[in-house]
Amino acid sequence: MNNSPILQCSDIRKAFPKPDGAELLVLEGMNLELQEGQIVGLLGRSGSGKSTLLRLIAGLAEPTSGRVTYLGSPIAGPAPGIAMVFQSFALFPWLTVFENVALGLEAQRMPRAEIRKRSLQAIDLIGLDGFESAYPRELSGGMRQRVGFARALVVQPNILLMDEPFSALDVLTAETLRTDFLDLWGEGRMPIKGVILVTHNIEEAVLMCDRILVFGSNPGRILSEIKVSLPQPRNRLDPTFRELVERIYVEMTARPAGTTAGGRQERFPGLGIGSVLPQVSTNLLAGLMEAVAAPPFNGTADLPKIASDLQMEIDELFPVAETLQMLRFAEVEGGDIKLAEDGMAFAHAAVDERKRIFLRHLLTYVPLAAHVRRVLDERASHSARKSRFIDELEDFMSEEAADQTLRAVVRWARYAEAFAYDDENAMFSLENPT
Amino acid sequence: MKRFEPYVFLRELATRWDVLAFIVVIGLIAFLGETSRGLFAPLSQLSSTPLSLDPVHLPEYAARTTFRMLAGLVLSLVFTLTYATWAAKSERAGKLLVPILDILQSVPILGFISITVVFFLSLAPGRVLGAEFASIFAIFTSQAWNMAFSFYQSLRTIPNELVEAAESFRLSPWMRFWQLEVPFGMPALIWNMMMSMSGGWFFVVASESISVGHTTVALPGVGSYIALAIAQRNLAAIGWAIFTMLIVILLYDQLLFRPLVAWVDRFRVEQEPGVRAPNSWALTMMRRSRLINAATVAFHAAVLWTSRAVKRTDAPIDDKPARPKRSLDLLWASLVVAAVVLGLWHIVAVLIANTSLREALQVCGLAFLTMLRVFILIALASLIWVPIGVWVGMRPRAAQIVQPIAQFLAAFPANLLFPIAVYGIVAWRLNPDIYLSPLMILGTQWYILFNVIAGASSIPAEMRYVAANFRVSGWLWWRKVALPAVLPFYVTGAITASGGSWNAAIVAEWATWGDTQVQARGLGAYIAEATTAGDFHRIVLGIGTMSLFVVVINRLFWRPLYYYAERKYRLT
Repeated sequence: MNNSPILQCSDIRKAFPKPDGAELLVLEGMNLELQEGQIVGLLGRSGSGKSTLLRLIAGLAEPTSGRVTYLGSPIAGPAPGIAMVFQSFALFPWLTVFENVALGLEAQRMPRAEIRKRSLQAIDLIGLDGFESAYPRELSGGMRQRVGFARALVVQPNILLMDEPFSALDVLTAETLRTDFLDLWGEGRMPIKGVILVTHNIEEAVLMCDRILVFGSNPGRILSEIKVSLPQPRNRLDPTFRELVERIYVEMTARPAGTTAGGRQERFPGLGIGSVLPQVSTNLLAGLMEAVAAPPFNGTADLPKIASDLQMEIDELFPVAETLQMLRFAEVEGGDIKLAEDGMAFAHAAVDERKRIFLRHLLTYVPLAAHVRRVLDERASHSARKSRFIDELEDFMSEEAADQTLRAVVRWARYAEAFAYDDENAMFSLENPT
Repeated sequence: MKRFEPYVFLRELATRWDVLAFIVVIGLIAFLGETSRGLFAPLSQLSSTPLSLDPVHLPEYAARTTFRMLAGLVLSLVFTLTYATWAAKSERAGKLLVPILDILQSVPILGFISITVVFFLSLAPGRVLGAEFASIFAIFTSQAWNMAFSFYQSLRTIPNELVEAAESFRLSPWMRFWQLEVPFGMPALIWNMMMSMSGGWFFVVASESISVGHTTVALPGVGSYIALAIAQRNLAAIGWAIFTMLIVILLYDQLLFRPLVAWVDRFRVEQEPGVRAPNSWALTMMRRSRLINAATVAFHAAVLWTSRAVKRTDAPIDDKPARPKRSLDLLWASLVVAAVVLGLWHIVAVLIANTSLREALQVCGLAFLTMLRVFILIALASLIWVPIGVWVGMRPRAAQIVQPIAQFLAAFPANLLFPIAVYGIVAWRLNPDIYLSPLMILGTQWYILFNVIAGASSIPAEMRYVAANFRVSGWLWWRKVALPAVLPFYVTGAITASGGSWNAAIVAEWATWGDTQVQARGLGAYIAEATTAGDFHRIVLGIGTMSLFVVVINRLFWRPLYYYAERKYRLT
């Protein structure tokens, strides 16, 4: 086998300019190589820049600095040998299955007969026989994504890019599609030489990939690289498989060494009002605390275990766990979540007591909540405009993030009855609704 | 695949759909040939063969009118695909083109005719063609703007992943336009074409029987027929014209729009559950007929051929948020400002030289009167149609019957009924300031009705069950359930009705019957009077004021109301 990589990303940096002239850094110091015959997984949570990296490779966007080279030459625009499968399928609803598949060849102006032959081959390969004249709306989600695969494969790409291709499907369908894909890949029946898979599903990554790059957020960067040398087909119950899953959980919950910039430290920094808060409902917070407090966990739970028990993916579970950590209800480390004393108390308390505990933690550990409350207390009218706080937040973050952060605080404050908010007039107040 | 069937060749020779299609196609060709013959005739022919009120001529007149409408629609389509695309693709151009479209939309249609007729007549001097140009342009102005707007909005809202898919499979810009952008914008565009058609019918009289100052042209068509019937006080002829219009609109609906709506259903990216796919016998005919199938296959091949023929340029990546070239921007901005200042100065200069401040103030006063009328009428129409619309919308069977009728009535040119009203006002000596007003909303009130019906029928069954379960009824039910649920739909309908009423004011406030003329005080009558007199300065003043009022009312009243209703009351 040839040893030079088919695709290489070296020292990629991607930043988007913000309206105020500063820039929002989404990717930094990104290095990646794709060897022939490999499936490389980009694993991380939303906002870790993995989808952005995929778009840079697809030629849909351009890195701010650094370069992407494909077969030795830099990528400028969508390259002929790279095809993509999308999360939402991105089929053209007005084209039939056949026409959707043929589109990419049509764009290459291939002879009509050749287009027909190749499209039917691809449709055949991916198991869509008989569906040629159907419109996407007539198909189930799984069948639609098969069209997505056929459309990508028909152009005979060297590299297949997959952007969370199974995440819009139900569990059963996703598993069937994964298995079918791995079978085709293993048998070498697809023209592709390498695959890059973006996912936030740890098990999916371990199931499919030869190498997994674990992404960290703010800015997006590679935390670690994990080789998976298990033979295909892999068994989820295999102890080595479980061990790998566990290890990735540990990686992803590890505190960044020292006080390096970025990482979770920056997401929930010491105590400033300038931190972006996640949108996590109090029901989820309470639910996770109850689950961890109850047997068999009794206060300490293994994250992969509780994730599969609650049927939550890391994208859903991690923000909840981290919010609990920020509120000092729990401690997350080494792939485990451990409830603190107040967390246990909360889990076992009745409604009113829960609200009291939550209020205390909210005002103590969420500086923004304390700040809003203080302003309302100090004012004679006990009310304040939303714009007042938005302005303050925008000194630290983007407009969108400021709005999201304020909404998160409103959500928690309403539960804790810390203060009230009237969306119609965009006013904060201490009053109860009349 | 294919099962063997005996006598298959007999069945394949011609389906009954083929026979039907054959008749329709030959009919269309005959129609086109017939109607285009008159185009190159000298203008004098119009006066040598005057229009006749004999209903025998109506089929021919109807054909001529239909042809003009179709030509206007095609022009509007071409305009839409170019103007809207340009506005959406070039940020710089869009900044100017979109507001221009907004203004154009508010200019009353009659305004375009009175200002451009002389120019068009000069294009083909002495020939009917010039007058036809003027007429078709007038129809175009009643159709193009909202179509362009809808397409522009579609272009701005194409889902990102579809765009990325098109890019990653390296579709050329030309191919991307025809395979992604046009199909995506199609459903909204077809809907707006239907609305445009209604607008065109409303002004069929004004666009065919052109009379600006000393320039008087009456092109053979239904509109001119009506104008003549009014001039000659022939009530029977008016009746015939109404009958003809009913037939023509019905044919348009069945042969053009119904099939289009049914066909375009597949272009919808998202399908609301429970909505039945529209169907059309004409579309079924086209799909089942091999004759027409062969034609569409050829057309499809042609489209694909063009995408092959147009050279693909491997465009560089365009994801940078358009690093603005400062100097170019500045140049562009100063050009725009210069044009605006020049235009403003020109208008003001003309107006100052030819009209007085007093006149301007007077026109503003008239505009207020018309505004008052529009608002009162919208309120009255709402009081009547909202309850009825809700009642109908809650009963699927009633809605199925009433909805198409309401849409049909919206397309019907209500001004055909004006002569009857004038007749009544004169006979009973009624106050025209009051009794002419309802004419303004005669044709536009249906927008309120069918939007409310659509709103009421989309109230989820569960919500109705909840109301019934808690025995919410009477006024409380209206206040808490029905009215909030239909509000977004109602506002959409009311905006359309209001815009249409302003436009209709020009024909409604100044109505004639033979040499009897009934006039209400208002901006519409002012413009109509100025047009008849051919007084350009007053036309400009009147039309400018009307556009200003419409734009300001839209910005300050309707648009905020619309966003409020969308945000708070839209059931998703």
